[in-house]
Formats: sequence, structure tokens, C-alpha cells
Amino acid sequence: MSTSTKSHSEPAVYVYEAPVRIWHWTNALAIIVLCISGYLIGSPLPTMPGEASDNFLMGYIRFAHFAAAYIFIIGFLGRIYWAFVGNSHSRQIFLPPIFSGEFWDGVLHEALWYSFLTKEPRKYTGHNPMAVIFMHIMFVWGTVFMIFTGLALYGEGAGYDSWQYTYFSGWIIPLFGQSQDVHTFHHLMMWVLILFMIMHVYVAIREDIMSRQSLVSTMISGWRTFKDKRNIDDGH
Amino acid sequence: MAMVETFYDVMRRQGITRRSFLKFCGLTAAAMGLSPAYAGKIAHAMETKPRIPVLWLHGLECTCCSESFIRSAHPLAKDVILSMISLDYDDTIMAAAGHQAEAIIEETIEKYSGNYILACEGNPGLEQEHTGGMSCIIAGKPYTEQLRHAAKHAKAIISWGSCASWGCVQAASPNPTGATPIHKVPDLGNAPIIKVPGCPPIAEVMTAVITYILTFERLPSLDRQGRPKMFYSQRIHDKCYRRSHFDAGQFVEKWDDEAARKGYCLYKMGCKGPTTYNACSTIRWNGGLSFPIQAGHPCIGCSEDGFWDKGGFYNRLTSIHQFGVEENADEVGIAAATVVGGAVAVHAAVSALKRTQSKGDQE
Ligand code: HEM
Ligand code: SF4
Ligand code: SF4
Repeated sequence: MSTSTKSHSEPAVYVYEAPVRIWHWTNALAIIVLCISGYLIGSPLPTMPGEASDNFLMGYIRFAHFAAAYIFIIGFLGRIYWAFVGNSHSRQIFLPPIFSGEFWDGVLHEALWYSFLTKEPRKYTGHNPMAVIFMHIMFVWGTVFMIFTGLALYGEGAGYDSWQYTYFSGWIIPLFGQSQDVHTFHHLMMWVLILFMIMHVYVAIREDIMSRQSLVSTMISGWRTFKDKRNIDDGH
Repeated sequence: MAMVETFYDVMRRQGITRRSFLKFCGLTAAAMGLSPAYAGKIAHAMETKPRIPVLWLHGLECTCCSESFIRSAHPLAKDVILSMISLDYDDTIMAAAGHQAEAIIEETIEKYSGNYILACEGNPGLEQEHTGGMSCIIAGKPYTEQLRHAAKHAKAIISWGSCASWGCVQAASPNPTGATPIHKVPDLGNAPIIKVPGCPPIAEVMTAVITYILTFERLPSLDRQGRPKMFYSQRIHDKCYRRSHFDAGQFVEKWDDEAARKGYCLYKMGCKGPTTYNACSTIRWNGGLSFPIQAGHPCIGCSEDGFWDKGGFYNRLTSIHQFGVEENADEVGIAAATVVGGAVAVHAAVSALKRTQSKGDQE
């Protein structure tokens, strides 16, 4: 399949299965819609002229937020399911091997590599250990946080007898203190996810150029290709 | 005369006509969201069941809950409401004073032990228990003692208003007196606590709670935070008459703009309606006359826990104090994104430089 890749010099490895790739890109799109619509919920656009009955701008923005939210939620649930049935790479971001010395050695190596203190990057089939840490803490838990707080806010509008209220708003709102606090933390976590995205996009492009394996194309085709012939030295 | 005294007896004695009594029953049924048929049931309960004694104690508070009662614009309903609460002990509106007044408390507690409702307006300052300082002394003793004593014999406690329910302004950071909402006061006995928050709560809501207990002989069903569901299960925003302007994206941007005159949504002026559980937008105030948003002012969230410490009443986004300076989520986020974005740019530049260098080395 990928034998035609130009930098190919040793067998390419199939890393990201189709469900993971589809999820990655729909999720990226959903998050962008969520961030833009969410920001506009917090700080709405200038007032619309005309009669109230002729306009529904805020309604559409909120609809976009909620529609993207459900894609985001269902996608994440599907992704968790795939972590059970998919290949070993599909579990990486959920289960960082924090008790493995090798793993922390890898983290240290990445820290040195990003501080320009080591000349050569290591070669990985999956994510590098540093990436796993950031993805696990900022992205996975950030996502869980957004889903829980988001559904709690949604339940407030959906009402007392909705499942969102019963399973989310009912205990999450008192946990934070009150509704306003849930809004504030939901809003703050958006910025955490934006920070993650800035770093994620930068690092993916940088590694694509500077490391010894493919990255961006891997998330499109699923195949990891390598730029040199030496062994994979990611410790696996 | 061994006849039991009913609420109706008391009202008639105070000169309230049967007509206004029935009107009150109808209004209360409507406020509780019951069908008109219940007005009769309420009237029947008021006429036949022994009235519930109410002990009304005041701690650290501003008396706005009492004011809310006596300012009810409906002149007839007002008298009914007053006669329901001023029955036994309420140091603001009772006739007795001094030792006489204190004797009434003891008498009620003894006579109705386990049967009276303790209505708490305000809260105790617990800091004095640690520092020996003095605040809120009633008849020579700290209010906390009076509260504990009365609470232990009560059938139920009603936390009137945001002071008793949440702490309110006297509990605002740094809370020097240690003002503590009733449900967090230690050693208070086991009486169930009903929170009726608001600064003040709506008069109709207050009487409806007592009427409900009388009519149905049980406490109203409460949400997880202890508020009666029938009045606190929806946000101001859910029933606000300006909601169509919110959905349309039509907002007041400045106090004196055209949108303000047209009655557009007050979201951008800091309206807390979307995060506030209360009945203002349905029952309204002063006998259904108006409520803050109708008067052109955003909701300040007065019935919510901590509303006094969440930054400006006129800001949409909450101030976050944890960072030393007052900022909202967007200000914090944009600052962080700028730092990270800048770091990324520098890192990219250095990376590019190193790469050209190492390429040069390889050649
Ligand atoms: C990447 C994920 C998400 C981001 C970045 C995001 C962002 C935001 C932001 C910034 C706000 C405005 C908060 C405020 O200041 O009031 C908001 C509101 C809200 N979000 Fe999200 N959100 C996300 C996921 C979700 C999810 C999964 C749900 C679940 C249904 C959700 C439901 C809501 C609701 C109900 C509101 C309140 C809308 C309103 O007040 O009218 N969000 N979101
Ligand atoms: S004025 Fe306040 S409560 Fe009413 S629709 Fe606007 S934001 Fe909601
Ligand atoms: S509109 Fe809001 S601030 Fe005003 S009384 Fe009602 S809950 Fe309190």
C-alpha cells in the first residue's frame, strides 16, 4: 500500500486504524465549531436590527454549539470503545504507562529534544511519550471535563426531568457551587483545549519535518513511514 | 375554650374579609403551580387545621425578608401574609419587647415543642466562638445560642433568604464575623431545613411554603440543594419575557441605548438570569407587578450561592481572583494563549535555525 511513499526505507507500519482517523478529523472540526460558538455564547455578536421574530442568531449559534457537542460526545464514546477493540496504538492516549521507567526516560529524552539539547530524535511507531502525557492530561481529561460540565449546563435548559439534568446538572452544579461557576470553568477549560491545539498543531508539523517518521500523513492514511533505515528505538 | 385556633381564625380576628382570604388561597394555589381546584383545599386546610406556630428569629441580616412581606403591593394579600408570620415571635413586627418578648420564645418552644416551624432570617456569626469577640447579641446572649435552642425543638427550619440559605453579603470574603448559613451551623439538631433563597425571597413564595406544609401535612419536595422544587426548578432566563430577544441576538449594549428603550435582552449588561434559579420571571414581585428585568435592570443572581463574591453585577463573565488580579476566563485564556503562541513562534524559529545548521554540518 504505502510502498510508493517517497521517504520509505523500511516497511511502513499501520498505526491509526480508520475509526481513529475518522474520529480525529471530525473531532478536530467539532472542537473548532465548539470553540467559536462557545466564545460567541460568552461574548455575543453586536445586536441584530429588526424585529425579534425575524432573527434567531443566538439560537443558531447555540444550536451549532449543541450539535457539535453531541458529535464531540458520541465521537469520544466511540473512541473509548475503539480503545478496547482496536490495536495497541488506540489505547496509548488513555493509558500512559506511568509505572514504566522506560516511559519516563522517553519523556526526558523528548524534553531534551525540545530544548535543543540532543541532536537526534528517537523513532516511534506510536506517539512519543511526551505527547502521550500532554494528550492524556490536557486532551483526554479536558474532553471529559467539557462533556460533563457541558451536559450539566445543557440540563439546565432541558429542565428538571431531562436525563441531562438527572445525571449531570443535579450533582455537578452543587459540586461547583452554582451554575455561574460551571460556566466559568467550562469557559476556562476551552482555553486549556486551545492551548493544547496550538501546541499539538505546531508539534505535529515540526515533527513531520524534523523527526525520523511521518506524522500528518499518518493521521490521514494510517501508515507510519520512516525516513531512515535504522531500528525503531522507542523501547517497544 | 378548648377549640383549636386556625389560621383562618387569626385572619378573621385581624379583620381580614373572607373575600380576601379566598383570593389569597387562589393566588397561593396558582403560585404553587396547582390547579384552581386546590384553592378550595387550601381554604379548607386554613379553616380547619390548627395553625402552625412560627418562630421567626433574626441573626445577621438586613431585614429585607421581612420587608419583602410587608411591601407586598396587593393590599389584601399583604394582611393575610402578615397574619401568618407575625403570630408568635418576630422581633421586627411583634408588639412585645424586652423580657416579655424573650418569654414568648420560651413559651412557644415549650408549648409546641416538635411542632413549630423555625423561620430563620439571617445567620449566626460563628467566629465569636473561636475568638471570643461579640457580634449579634440578642437579650444578652449570642444569636447562635438562641438559634441552637430553638432549632432543637423545631419540626422544620426554613432558611429565609440568601443570608440563612447561603451566607449572603455578611459572609462575603474575608467574612470577618464568620457568618455561616444555617445548614452549615454545627450542633443544630435534626430538623429538616428548607432553603428559600433570594435577597429577599418573594413574599408569595414564602407564604406558599408555609401554606403547603399546612395543607398537605408534609414538607414540599426539595431539590438537591434543599430548595422547594416548585419555585426553584427553573432559571429566570427560562421564563424571562425578554428571552425572544436573547434568542434573536438582540442585546442592550449601553444603559441608554435604543435597545434599552426597546426592552432588549440584558445579557451583555451582566444579566445573571441564565444562571439563577428563582421564580421572579413567573411570580414577579409586589403582587405580580414587575421584577428587576422588567424594570430594565439585569438580574444580579441574588438567590444563588456566592452571588456577592463573583465580580461585577454588570459583567457577563465571572471574575477569577485566583490569579492575583481580577480577570475573567477570556482574559486569562487570551493571556495564556499569547504566552504559549509566542513560545511556539520562538521555538519554531530556533528549530528552523538548528535545522539549517545541522544540514550544513552534514554536507
Ligand atoms: C471542546 C469542547 C467545548 C468548548 C470549547 C465549549 C465552549 C463553551 C463556551 C466558551 C461557552 C460559554 C460559557 C460562558 O461563558 O457562559 C459554552 C457554553 C455552553 N456549552 Fe460548551 N463547550 C464545549 C463542549 C460542550 C459540550 C460537550 C456540551 C454538551 C452539550 C456543551 C454545552 C454547553 C452549554 C449548554 C453552554 C451554555 C449555553 C448557554 O448559556 O446558552 N459544551 N461552551
Ligand atoms: S434579560 Fe436576562 S434572563 Fe432575560 S433573556 Fe436576557 S439574559 Fe435571560
Ligand atoms: S431577578 Fe434575579 S436578582 Fe432580581 S430578585 Fe430575582 S433572582 Fe434576585
